[in-house]
This record gives sequence, structure tokens and C-alpha cells, in this order.
Amino acid sequence: MKAVKTAPDVASSYAHQVDNLYAYLLGVSIFFTIAICALIIYFSVRYRRQSDADRPEATKDGKLLEILGSVIPFVLVMIMFFWGAKLYFDARIPPKDSIEVLVTGKQWMWKLQHPNGKREINDLHVPVGVPIKLTMTSEDVIHSFYLPAFRKKMDVVPGKYTQMWFLPEKTGEYHIFCAEYCGTEHSLMIGKLIVMEQQEYAAWLAKSWTDGNTPVAAASDDPASAGKEIFEANCTVCHTGKPGAIGPDMMHAFGTMRQLEGGEEILMDENYVLNSMNNPNEHIAKGYPAAMTSFKANLSSTQMKQVIAYLKSQSEASAE
Amino acid sequence: MNDSAKTEPKLNYLNAGNTVKSWLFTVDHKRIGVMYLASIVVFFLVGACAAALFRMELATAAPDVFSNDTYNKLFTMHGIIMVFFFLIPAVPGVLGNFLVPIMIGAKDVAFPRLNLASWYIYMLGGSFTLAAVLLGGIDTGWTFYTPYSSVYADSNVILAGTGVFITGFSSILTGLNFIVTVHKMRAPGMRWMRLPLFIWAQYATSIINILGTPVLAITLLLVVFERGFGFGIFDPAKGGDPVLYQHLFWFYSHPAVYIMILPGFGVVSEVLACFSRKRIYGYEFVAFSSLAIAAIGFFVWGHHMFTSSQSEYAALIFSILSFLVGIPTSIKIFNWTATLYKGSIELTAPMIYTLGFIGLFMVGGLTGLFLATMAINVHLHDTYFVVAHFHYVMVGGMMMAWLSGIHFWWPKMFGKMYNEFWAKVGAVVIFFGFNFTFFPQFIAGYMGMPRRYHVYDVAYQPFQMLSTAGAFFMGAGLIICLVTLVASLFRKESCGSNPWKATGLEWTTADSPPHPHNFEAPVVVDVEAYDYTDERIYQDA
Repeated sequence: MKAVKTAPDVASSYAHQVDNLYAYLLGVSIFFTIAICALIIYFSVRYRRQSDADRPEATKDGKLLEILGSVIPFVLVMIMFFWGAKLYFDARIPPKDSIEVLVTGKQWMWKLQHPNGKREINDLHVPVGVPIKLTMTSEDVIHSFYLPAFRKKMDVVPGKYTQMWFLPEKTGEYHIFCAEYCGTEHSLMIGKLIVMEQQEYAAWLAKSWTDGNTPVAAASDDPASAGKEIFEANCTVCHTGKPGAIGPDMMHAFGTMRQLEGGEEILMDENYVLNSMNNPNEHIAKGYPAAMTSFKANLSSTQMKQVIAYLKSQSEASAE
Repeated sequence: MNDSAKTEPKLNYLNAGNTVKSWLFTVDHKRIGVMYLASIVVFFLVGACAAALFRMELATAAPDVFSNDTYNKLFTMHGIIMVFFFLIPAVPGVLGNFLVPIMIGAKDVAFPRLNLASWYIYMLGGSFTLAAVLLGGIDTGWTFYTPYSSVYADSNVILAGTGVFITGFSSILTGLNFIVTVHKMRAPGMRWMRLPLFIWAQYATSIINILGTPVLAITLLLVVFERGFGFGIFDPAKGGDPVLYQHLFWFYSHPAVYIMILPGFGVVSEVLACFSRKRIYGYEFVAFSSLAIAAIGFFVWGHHMFTSSQSEYAALIFSILSFLVGIPTSIKIFNWTATLYKGSIELTAPMIYTLGFIGLFMVGGLTGLFLATMAINVHLHDTYFVVAHFHYVMVGGMMMAWLSGIHFWWPKMFGKMYNEFWAKVGAVVIFFGFNFTFFPQFIAGYMGMPRRYHVYDVAYQPFQMLSTAGAFFMGAGLIICLVTLVASLFRKESCGSNPWKATGLEWTTADSPPHPHNFEAPVVVDVEAYDYTDERIYQDA
């Protein structure tokens, strides 16, 4: 019989940092639990009632205990707050050189797509030592992409994109769980993260996509090229950045800040583009009329995703 | 007093009328309290049976007892019944109804008919929810997250949601009743700073009930409308926002945690004072910290949503406020412990429950700090760590406090003393059974096991097995407790009006069981709360 494991795998230095913070909280908790329990037991024995006539002398309410009892916990929990918030915020923005994998949650499977279009279901192959950025959305209910070995989790929400990233530092296989209850087979919405050596990953990525359980995918499955067709059929008249066009440039602006009417600024990201197709008049770009109509009825959510992928690929190309 | 037991029994609220009608149409707050006790125990047993069934399934990693759908329905039923039909009404409905008027020297609550209506509304809501279970169940989890609940779930969401919606009005009306009663009906001399801490806790709870419950009602109504009539409030396919649901739901359901636990704080304060023969250390602080917790408790709901895609900066504010709620709570624990210092301590059954409460609630509170810490929350959210945390607060805290209160005021309610030995055995078995059940879940959660999993990775099996064994151990404790209490009702001898020699109007001035009008003469209060040097409490036998 295997030994019982009592701690999760550690697959990144971030996971290790979270564990250190966890150890601090555990220390504080164990100290107070033992101290209070010991006092309760000691008092219960030391001051047990001897007889009905037994009347304790009145003890005065001391201010000291109230003050110490507030100040010491306050200091201890503020350390927890700042430490926890710093770790969280430091690890918030994915590094520029991340590999982006598209994640789609669907009752009850994870659909994953690599930058070259290669698809997987439930298994995710990634290279060691390279940050992986997951851009995630759901086709039905709320799911949550959870990598316990990396101490990371993010909800996968229908109707919008969420993001998380991690840096795999050890090769091996790790759990992918759906952490948000999503119905009948919630507990089967699990997968494997396979962290490989970089050459192995490159070979795996280039290999024909017909082997094993990996679903077949054609080159046209590449979401950016599908998106190109849709964009050219629907959007180029206004949105390619030609002088005098009715709409703002969408082709070369992904990832930049956009000025809006009224002085606000907004980041042109997946959620912005998606929202602009569905509700074009919610954010009007500065200097342009509110002339666009919604594409909600014309484009499916998959097609909208392809358009986004195309715009992203165009901006990346123009940045290089 | 000893003589009167042998002659004609004195008039009390129990023997004032024996017909079913005299119970169902009563406006006596004490009888309503007893009716709540009976109905809440039934709901508790239904919820506990559901837990026993899914704990059997979870003993091993493989699916071996129930199908996934049945499992999902069982944990949903457990959650909905325990939260809305046991935890929330247990202390206010039973002990609050019975004690609030007596403790402040009043004849009844301010609106006795409304009080009876609360019970009927509670039963009506309960019937809807039980009907949802009997007609095939509901599988959304007690949290009813959208769009699963409003669009995708294939079970009785509308029926169960309506049941919870209706029951909410019973909380609101009870809260309203208590607030008015405490303001307007205190006996002469019962100043605010002389109120028992139980009253302060009920008062703070009532405020949350009135402010928070309407939000839950609105939210559930929107879910029902979206499901029934296709409204697009939460469904993204219609332009709705599923995360908005979570904000609305937790805006009520986080304060609801304080609705559940604050009355427990009140019980514990009474029991500790009585069995240490001392005034609660830092009375004013304990009284006002209940109000502080009630107020801050309304601004921490976002700590349930750190991974939901809410703004990171909102999460930052929710995190720091959650830590700040911990401070008044921790001082309460210090004050309770300090009350024992140089006391005259008697380890009766209610006292064992109360001391157990302090230990378990403290673990629940401390593990709450883990979940308030942003970076750690991301890892632990929706894992068994959260399950263990809230069971330490809700069962280790609230249920232990409720049982402590039931044992403490049982002789007051029924005039009979139970077998102390078996009551203590029950308390100790429940305490250890509880720890066996829920402590292993902290480890499973830290190891990454998500909650609400029907089948799971075999690495988590040792913890789940321990947990199942502990649950049945704890169940045995609950059965001992129930049998001991029920058996006491068949005893012949009366326990006297103040068997614990406790202070407080309910013990020193009222009979056990009390007169239908609580007191035979108008009450005037001339002592502080918890004055254990007052000779009067030791004269009565």
C-alpha cells in the first residue's frame, strides 16, 4: 500500500510561495488553538466548583486584555492580508512571452487549443519553463479551471473571457479539476496537465494530429484563419484603420488602450471585442459615430471567438 | 415548592390546554417556541439523513452507492434544509421565541399573532421545499448558482426556490417582532446595559434578518422568473450576467452566516456565566461586538468570489474587511475564556457543549483567515477546506451552541431534568465525532480535492473514509442526545424552578415551566445581569 499523501504536489515556485504563507497562517492558528484549549482545560480543573456555597470573587474587567486582545490579532492578520495580497497581485499579469492556450469549458469537458490550432480534450500538454496563459470561456454554465499543484484557479464564465497563467517548473503529470459545481458529471470534468521537456513539446506540437485520443484537426481549424474570412466579409469596410473610415481600427490595436467618448479609456482585450460585437454602442470610440449594429444574431459565439483570434494574430504580427 | 409538586400541578403554559387546536391557534410565544422546536428537529433529521447517505457514497473514491445525479441531489437537499430550515431559524425560532419576552420581563412578544404567522410561513416554505425533494429532487447545490439553476438544471429549482423565498418572510417577521419587543416591552428597571447577552445577540441577528433577507428573496425571485418566464437577468445568452447573481446571493448569504452564529454567541454567554458563577468578562464589549459584527458582516460578501472574475481591487477591499471582522470575534473568544478565570466551574452537559463550542468555533474562525487571504483563497476556494471551515463554524459553532441552549433551558421549557450522565456522554461523543468528520477535510481540501465531487482521485480516499466513520460516530452522539432529552419528558419529578441556580428573570422570577403569562406579578428589575452574588438565586429550591 502506498503511503498516504498529506500535501499537494508543488510544480512551481509560486506554489512554494503560497505554501510558505500557508505555513505562517498554520503556525498562528495552531498557537492560538493550543493556547485557548489549554487555558479552558486548566481553568476547568483549577477552578472547579467545590460546593454550592462556592462564590467566586468578582474579577474586574481589565482594559489591558481588551487592548492586547485587539492589537495582537490585528497585527497578525494585517501581515496575512498584505502578504496574501502581494502574492496575488505580483502573480496577476501574465508575462509577455507566455504561450496562449484557449480553454473552453463545456458540460463536462475541457476543450483546449494551442496557438498553432492543435486541439486537445481534457489533456493539456505544455513545455517546462515557459509561462502558459489560459484565455478561458464557457459554452454553458460556470466552470472553474483548477490546477492544485500550481495553487491556481479561475472561474470559466459563459459570455466573457477570464484569464489565468502559470509557470510549470517541473515535468510531470498534474491534476486539472473543475472546481465550480456544474451539474451531473461535475466530478468527471477532470483532466491531466502534462508538463514536458521543451524539445519534446515542440515535437508533440508538430506531430500529426491523428494519433491516440487527440481529436483530428485540419489546418483550417486554426481559429485565426477562420476569423480572417469572417472579418473580411463583415468588418473590413469600417475597421481596418483606413483614413476616413466610419469605425475605429480594430486590425492593429489589440492589447492597446482605446480612448472613448466621454474621456474614459478601455483596454482592447477579448472582452472588449466580444462586447463590441454584441453591444456595439456600449463603448463608443472617441471621434466615431455610434453607427454599428449588433452582430449577436449574425455570428455564433464560435465565430466571434475566431474573429478575436484573428485580431490578436494581426496585432501580434504588426508589433513584431 | 416541593409540596406543590405532590398536590394539584400549578397552571403553566403546557397544561393550560391540551387540544390540538389549543396548540395550532396559540399566540403564546412559549408554545410557538415549542412548535418550532418540534418542526426544526424534523427538518434537522431529514438533513442529517441526507448527509449520512452521501457520506456512505464518499467513503470510497469510486461511485458505489448512488448515481451522480442522486448524489448531487442529496448534497443539495442537505445544504438547503440545514441552512434555511435548521441553522437560520434554530436559535431565534426555538430559544428566541421562548426566552426573549421572559428574559426582559414581558408577557409576550410585541406582535403575538404575527409570531404565530411566522411559524405557519416557515412550515409552508418547508412544505414547498420538501415537495421539491419528493417530486424528484433538486441538484443545484444550496447556492443556486446561475446560469446552471436558471437555465440548465433539470430539476425542481422553482419549487425549492419558492420554498426558500417563502421561509425568508418568517425570518423577517420574527426579526421585526424581536426588535420591537426589545425596544418597547422591557420591564421597569431592565435598562439596555442590564440585558442578558442572549438578548443583545438576538437583537443584532434580527437587524441582519430584516436588512438581508429581502435581498435573498429578490434574488431567488429573479432566478424563478428567469427559469419560468425566460427573463434575461443572469443568462449571458440573453445579455445577463451570471456573476451578478453571486453578488446578490452572497450579499445575503454572508451576513446569513452571522444570522446563524450570533444567536449562538448569546447562548454561550448565558451558559458560561451560569456555570462559572460569574458575570461575562467585558460585558459591554461582548454586547457591542455583536452589533459591530452585524454591521461589518454586510461588507465582506466578495470573499466568496475571489476567483469569480470580479475586479481584483474589489477583492482587495473584501479581503481586508474580512480580516477586520475577525478582530471582534477573536476578542469574544478571549473574553469567554477569561470568564472562566477564578470562576466556580461546573461541567454540566450544557457547559460541555459550550466549552466544545469555544474550541470548535475558534478553529472555524482561524481557518476563515486562510480563506480571507487572497493568494491562499485562490487555492482553497471550492475545495473541501471550505467545507470543513464552514462546518466548524456552523456545526461545531452554531449546532453545539444550540444544543447547549436546548440542554440549558430544557428544564425551564418542560420542568423536567434529563439524565445528566447520558447527556454528557452525548455531548462528548458529538464533540469527538465532529472532529473525526471534519478535521480530515481540511487536509483533503489543502491537497486540492474539490467539493461536490461524486467520484474523486484515490489519493483523497483516506481522509474521506475517516470523515465517513466520524459522521456515523457523531450520528450516534446525536441519537443519544435525542433519546436522553425525550426520555426526560416521561419523568415524574419536577426539577424545581431554578435547577442550575442561575440568574436572569427566566430563572429567578418565572416558574419551570412558566405560567401562561410568564409572570404572576409585574416584574421590576433592580440588579445587573449575571449578578451571582445575589442571594435570591440560591434561596429557591
